[in-house]
Formats: sequence, C-alpha cells, structure tokens
Amino acid sequence: MQTDVIREAALRRARRRQNVLVRFIRRYPLGAAGAAVLLVFAFAAVFADQLAPYDPVANNFAVMFRPPGPQYLLGTDNFGRDVLSRIIFGSRTALLVAFTSSFVGATLGALLGVVSAHFGGWVDNLIQRLTDIILAFPLIILALAMVAALGTGTLNVIIAITIPMIPRVSRVIRASALSLREMPFVEAARAIGASDVRIIFRHLLPNVVAPYLVMLTAFLGQAILLEASLSFLGLGVAEPTPAWGLMLRGAATQFAERAPWLALAPGAAISLAVFAFNLLGDALRDALDPRLRV
Amino acid sequence: MYRYFIGRLLMIIPTLFGVAVLTFILLRLIPGDIVMLRYGTGALVSEDVLRAERARYGLDRPIHEQFVNWLWGLVRGDLGLSMWTGKPVAYEVAIRLELTLELAIMATVIAVALAIPLGTLAAVKQNTWVDYAVRVFSIAGLAMPSFWLGILMILFLLIFFRWSPPVVFTPFWQNPLANLTQLIWPALAVGYRYSAVSTRMMRSALLEVLREDYIRTARAKGLAEYLVIVRHGIRNALLPVVTVIGLEFAFLIGGLVVTEQVFNLNGLGKLIVEAISRRDYTMTQALIMLSAGVFVVVNFLLDICYMWLDPRIRYQ
Repeated sequence: MQTDVIREAALRRARRRQNVLVRFIRRYPLGAAGAAVLLVFAFAAVFADQLAPYDPVANNFAVMFRPPGPQYLLGTDNFGRDVLSRIIFGSRTALLVAFTSSFVGATLGALLGVVSAHFGGWVDNLIQRLTDIILAFPLIILALAMVAALGTGTLNVIIAITIPMIPRVSRVIRASALSLREMPFVEAARAIGASDVRIIFRHLLPNVVAPYLVMLTAFLGQAILLEASLSFLGLGVAEPTPAWGLMLRGAATQFAERAPWLALAPGAAISLAVFAFNLLGDALRDALDPRLRV
Repeated sequence: MYRYFIGRLLMIIPTLFGVAVLTFILLRLIPGDIVMLRYGTGALVSEDVLRAERARYGLDRPIHEQFVNWLWGLVRGDLGLSMWTGKPVAYEVAIRLELTLELAIMATVIAVALAIPLGTLAAVKQNTWVDYAVRVFSIAGLAMPSFWLGILMILFLLIFFRWSPPVVFTPFWQNPLANLTQLIWPALAVGYRYSAVSTRMMRSALLEVLREDYIRTARAKGLAEYLVIVRHGIRNALLPVVTVIGLEFAFLIGGLVVTEQVFNLNGLGKLIVEAISRRDYTMTQALIMLSAGVFVVVNFLLDICYMWLDPRIRYQ
C-alpha cells in the first residue's frame, strides 16, 4: 500500500519532469536541436573506442592522403591516419576541455562575484581592480602566454582557458548579487545574525543559479573555439592527441589543394559543436534570464 | 560630472600598472630566455659568452631592477630595443601597425554594415522565419573559427581563381587595388564573427527597447511604423551595440593572432606569437601593453560616451 503511494508519487514526478522537457522542446526548437547535436557528440566521446573504425594515433604510411571513400569515410591524413577516427576521438578532447574549464571557471567566477558583492568595501574594490587587469588582456593572448609558461598539454590548456573566464563570469554574477543583497530576505538573514558563510552559500549563491547556468553554457562554445585556436597555433593540446584544432594545423593548410578533406572535416566538427552549444545556450538564456547579455 | 571624468581617467593608471606587473611576471615564468634560444644550453658557446650576452640584454640584473628600468622607459615613452632584431620596438610595431589597423577598420565597417540592418530586421520580425534566418546566420558566425573560414576562403580562391595570398604586403597608398584585394578576405573572415556578435546585440537591445512605454506612445499618436523603429527604437538601442563594436575593435589590435597566421599577414598578432616564442621580452611586453592600453582607453571612451548619449546615467 505504502509502496504504491510512493511509486505513484515517483511516476507523477517523472511525468512532470517529462512535461518540462516537452515544453522546452516546443518553446525552443532551436535549443532542442542544439541539445540533440550535443548528445551525438557526447555519445561519440564516450564510446569513441567502440565507434572509431581505426586507431586514431597509429601511423600507416601505406594509405597516406586517401580521399574519402567506403574504406576511409573521411579520408586519411599525411600520416595515413583515419580522419573520421581522429574526429571521433577529438570530440573527447574538445568536450573534456570545454566542460572542465567552463564548469571550474563559472563556479570560481560565481563565488568571487558573490563574495565581492556581499562584503563590498575594500574587498569588492580589490577584486574589481584585479578583474579590470585581467579583462584588459585580449583573451587569446592571455591564454597564449599562460600555455607558453605552463607548457602544452590538455591540463595546461584547460587552466589557460579557465583563468581568463573567471573575471568575465564574476562581473555578471556580482551585478545580480548586488541587487540580491538589498532584498528583504538577505537583510533578514543578516538581522538574525547569520554568518557571512551562511549568507553566501544559503542565500546568495542559490539565487544566482540562473545567470550562472547561462554564463556556463555560453562559455562552453567559446572554450572549444579557444582550445582549437591554441592547438592550431601549436600551443594547445600536443600531438599525437587527436584534437580538432590540431588537425587543422600543418598538413591541412600545407596540402590544402591536394587533400582538401583534411581542412574541411575538423573545421566542420568545431563549427557544428560550437553552433550546437550556442543554440542551447541561447535557449537556456531565454528560458532562465532573458535580460542577460553574454 | 568632471569629478567622475577625472576619477575615471585616473583609474586607468593602476589598471595599466597591474597589466605591466602581470605581463612581466608571466613572461619570466616561460622557461628559457633569448640567450638560451640563440646559443643552446652552452654546449657550443662558453659560459662567459652566455654571461656577456645576458648582460647585454640586462638579463643579469636583479628582477626588480629590470622591472623598474622597463617601467621607467615606458613612462618616458621609450619601449627599448627588440631583443631579437636589435631594432627599436617602436619601429617594429609601427611598420606592422598599418596593416593591422587597416584590417581592423575594414572588419569594423563590414560588421556595422551587416549588424545594424540585420539586427533590426530580426527584432522587428521577431519569431518569424526572417528572425530565425538571421539568428542562425549570426550563431553560425560565432561558431565558425575565423581561421577555418580563412582556410576555406584560401582553398576556394586557389581552386577557382588560382589566387593565393601574396607573401608581401602592399600598402594602401602604393597600390589601393592590390591592397584591398589582399585584405578583403581576412577582413571578411574576421568581420563575419564580429558582425555576428554585433547583430545579436542589436537584436536583443532593440527587442528590449520596443517593449518600452514610449514606443507604445509613439505608435499610439499615429507615428509611421518605420519612424517609430528608426527614430525611437534604433537610436535608443544603439548604446550597447556601440559598446560591443568598440570592445571588439580594441580586441582586434593584437588579437588577430590566428587569422594573420592563416593569411600570412605580417601584423601585430603574428608578431606577438613570434615574440613570445623567441622570448623577446621587450617586444612582447610592448605589444601586450599596447593592446591592453587600447582596450582600457576604448573602455574609458565608451563610459564617457554613455554619459554623453544617455543623460539618465549618473555616476557618483
């Protein structure tokens, strides 16, 4: 009897959740399309080992520069590596870098923004001036200098992309936290003597989730672009790790006329992934916080 | 207002000082220096030579002394000599600035010419197929890496017109036509992304303005729709668009790293990558200060513009 009630409640909850999903798809068809494309990329990233027809890093000089055909669907590169397999494995690199750096960057940025708004005074002033300094660097140049200092490699690329993101998120979050600070419920919390930590974690942070999510999704696409640019310059993910930006470097431009498929496929993968992230990000923004501009 | 103006102007100084400190530290964290890069780790040249070379660049001085010397030079407007070429940094920058500046201006023109009409159209026809088409066009502009767009253009031009980017840059005053045919492609590659950012801002800003009461008033008094849009709508929506355009322009000075690489253009962005990889401290520092300086100044001018354009904005 009791289990029935519980099961009924769970079913109802599931149905409601499904309704939210259906409503999102109906209202934001473009966003839903973006999400669908991303699921395909995520699927490719997770099951790369099973999906990829060839080893993405093994050289095979017998089959260099094969054009796309039934054996190699997207052709092979100057080392005889299968382009399709490298793209499938490349989605692993792209999504790993994008999700890690956006999540860490947005979270640290949100924390910093809320702390800055909550304490005000010299703390706020200090954080804002530091933010000014980092924002004055062009994104790509700061990332470039950081990778040069840290060395190439996936983890260092993630760090180099995360750091410039933090101040950008913190600016936006601080602005919404500043208006929250004056709200009666925060004032009430302060009046009953709640600690700073409690106010920040219980009252402020939960209420900036909307801009936080919007910023996070907006940065996913940017992170992929930035990683691709760094790898393209040879200052990102290191060979032979399959990465889309890296695939456009060297051979793709050098042999552009002889083997145009080398330049087409990786660029299309980057564009499609970023396009999908942006579609989803736009829909999320419209749904959560339409006035926010990112 | 003048107090705000002066205060805002003075705030530029600590920001630029912070950029200088950060740049200086960051560069010295990069392993190796120019002497090591030139002579290897000492297998071919004796220690004495290496020491003498380091002394020539002032790299043997204590780090704080190097910093103070450089900063003092910066204040006096002396950027020093490039460690790699031995020529003045100011000269090396000046010969490349023309190209980068021209490219940035062309990209800005393309962006503005596309963004204002397209953004307006999308906002006025919100949620119709026109809006969807503009949005897809602009989201695609954000998604395509400009260097890939550049590669595609080069490929296309090579296959269909047997044209490849020339190795030498032709200045505008020497041969305007050759100059424009050389720069139009990179300008388009950069301008597409740039216009996408501005189009989106134009659309969202105008949508917000069109919901205001004064728009309803203007319509209610029977004003022609296009006058409502142009005179009351676009004018009030332009402020955030101008901001985006200004900031993107500032970014293009020194931020065109990858596009210049693809089109084989010898501009500031390419120079900065080379300077970093050569550990040319004086050159890299000067270039980062230049691009940060442009950004900070543009930001300042935008703030002033805000006050001037929108009397509702008051600052303490």
